[in-house]
Amino acid sequence: MDLDFTPEEQAFREEVREFLRTQLPADIRDKVLNGRELTRDDYVLWQRRMHQRGWGGMGWPKAFGGAAWNAVQQYIFEEESARAGAPRLIPFGIKMVAPVLIAFGSPAQQQRFLPRISSAEDWWCQGYSEPGAGSDLASLRTRAVREGNEYIVNGQKTWNTLGQYADWIFCLVRTDPAAKPQAGISFLLIDMKSPGISVRPITLLDGTQEVNEIWFEDVRVPIENRIGDENRGWTYAKFLLGHERSNIAGVGASKRELARLKQIAREQRDGRGRRLIDDPLFAARIARVELELAALEITNLRVLSAEGATRAPGPEASILKIKGTEILQSISELLMRAAGPWALPFEREAPAAGWQSTPAYASTTMASYLNLRKLSIFGGTNEIQKNIVAQMLGL
Amino acid sequence: MDFELNDDQRQLKEAIAGFLAGEFPFERLKALKRSGKAHDERLWRGLVELGVPALLVPTGAGGLGYGPIETYALMEAAGPHLLLEPVFASAVLATLVLEKLGGAGERLLGELARGARIATLAHFERDSRFELEPVATRAEREGSAWRLDGQKSLVLQAGLADVLLVSARLGAAGSGAGGLALFEVPRTQPGVRLREYALVDGQRAAEVGLEAVSVPAAACIATGEPVPRALELAVAEASAALGAEAVAIMQAVLGATIEYLRTRQQFGQPIGRFQALQHRVADMRVQLEQARSMSLLAALRCRSDDTAERRRAVSGAKALIGEASRFIGQQAIQLHGGMGMTDELQVSHWFKRLTAIDLWFGDSDTHLERYLVLMREEVSSDV
Repeated sequence: MDLDFTPEEQAFREEVREFLRTQLPADIRDKVLNGRELTRDDYVLWQRRMHQRGWGGMGWPKAFGGAAWNAVQQYIFEEESARAGAPRLIPFGIKMVAPVLIAFGSPAQQQRFLPRISSAEDWWCQGYSEPGAGSDLASLRTRAVREGNEYIVNGQKTWNTLGQYADWIFCLVRTDPAAKPQAGISFLLIDMKSPGISVRPITLLDGTQEVNEIWFEDVRVPIENRIGDENRGWTYAKFLLGHERSNIAGVGASKRELARLKQIAREQRDGRGRRLIDDPLFAARIARVELELAALEITNLRVLSAEGATRAPGPEASILKIKGTEILQSISELLMRAAGPWALPFEREAPAAGWQSTPAYASTTMASYLNLRKLSIFGGTNEIQKNIVAQMLGL
Repeated sequence: MDFELNDDQRQLKEAIAGFLAGEFPFERLKALKRSGKAHDERLWRGLVELGVPALLVPTGAGGLGYGPIETYALMEAAGPHLLLEPVFASAVLATLVLEKLGGAGERLLGELARGARIATLAHFERDSRFELEPVATRAEREGSAWRLDGQKSLVLQAGLADVLLVSARLGAAGSGAGGLALFEVPRTQPGVRLREYALVDGQRAAEVGLEAVSVPAAACIATGEPVPRALELAVAEASAALGAEAVAIMQAVLGATIEYLRTRQQFGQPIGRFQALQHRVADMRVQLEQARSMSLLAALRCRSDDTAERRRAVSGAKALIGEASRFIGQQAIQLHGGMGMTDELQVSHWFKRLTAIDLWFGDSDTHLERYLVLMREEVSSDV
């Protein structure tokens, strides 16, 4: 037993640090470290820098233009990226549809789509959830009817993240309404510029518009844009969900936010001049979440080292998702509570307007706290994850 | 023993609830928030006609002379509507400060009761956080007038207020800690600057700068020891009012969540059939009842002459209600799934008000610590 990374892994970490030091623009880093919103251009620029370094498809096999990083390397990359304040890589292309293309796509699909995902020429989004199909995804009703060499797609998707920026959407559609729910689903790649697609933003509780409803009205999709076989889409979707969870623990992001919380607790004082870190109740809350995170980090590494590079993640991913999201939510709650009354003003740009009173860190803490409630809802709610764990235990 | 409202109190509650149900359904709140307006003038007029700003004004000053139980009834009725009107800022908090001081504030109290003016308390400052003591704003005598200099923070509904109740320390800057005084300052007085902003729950507040603000001698409502004492009592009673508001909101949140679990279908059945979710809702109800009990205790004890008893009740209520608000609010969002994250449903608006309430006058941990200190004193004196 040994907790240390191998010399090769440590060398890899140095390589990643050097890349982040030289390639990450300061303005983007400042936005990430202060919890401010990133633009489409910020995300695209960062994926391009990755691509130029040969890391655009970090986990893909070399034969597909990837960097072929194993799970430990990806973990190291995520950790260093989070610490340095790099944007999260938008997962829908590189981490979601790309592994499906590699595993089940035709050579023509692979050649057409993968290079443009790596280079960020195409922005992908996901068309899974529907108003009536959330946790019960297999009950989805968006229809695709075959007509010659095309499918005609009608229906509605929802909770689509950042689809307003997307060039392509991968969709689960029902191609056989007579079959059992899971058996009549196909996996289609749809050009967002197709006539009949409309994107309507959903305003969230923090005022942002990061998710959308997408409506399909007689949208024509060439059959060569179907992944694999007709009515086998559920198999591909499940494979994809396994990959979606590969970094769901979010240890890197939690470590960064925890460090920020401790920094704030050292500087913020209560109304009697006491530092928050000297407030035993508040300090105990920080200590508790730090312990949880320390344990999760080891749990995460145990899962990674058992998995190796190639195998799809097992149901342990659910444990990482539950705990990882709870921890990040706790930290965001503590950041908001550290700001105290200064978490009340709700104008993201307030500090730029030159307030003298507000501590600089405080303005985004409430928005982050509200926004991160989503963590335990999306990507399979934590309740669904608990079902999976219970099933795994034979119940 | 009686935990029910009496007939008068029930009528008061029903009148306000009936008025708001007709005049301020959720769609109006949403439209109002989107309009960027600070409040709905017509709604405020209606509340004035119902006597809301007169509730806590003593009869001698032209009010109804009611107390914390009526405030509880008011907040129970108004809470779920998430008003942006200056009910709390003016009719509760500012009115209570003046009511505790009596004397020179009575004329203003009469004006507040009639709805002729709106007031707000400008006491907290940059370094106050949750404490009442830190006041750096200065008041200096200049002939027969007073000169005020300083900055007040998070002044609730300052933009709507005709009058700011400004606390200040007597004596020139740097002259050490003098006694406190409370001044009545028109919002439009030369030297008063407002930087307004929206709060997370849609109410507005402001940073208030005071630069060589000159007010006549009559603007000084009180000086010396009565001022901090009035502030403590008013904030204690206002905290009890916020507790009642939170409890009413939690009740609404729980009702909406149960309704959602009954109607939302997944896996071929309403999700409320799943036992894990049933138990979650049961936990929410348990916490709600605990919170309601503490809210009643605070209403019954916040005017107690026994300082320790009063402080224990108020801090105990704020601690437990804050925790319950967090749990119930977070679980309501979770159980609504993605829908709970949207601006579309009222549950997210309730969640934001609940979150905001905890951050006024000390969050749950601050009050847990105050309670802990009181408990320690009690335990030590027993020995």
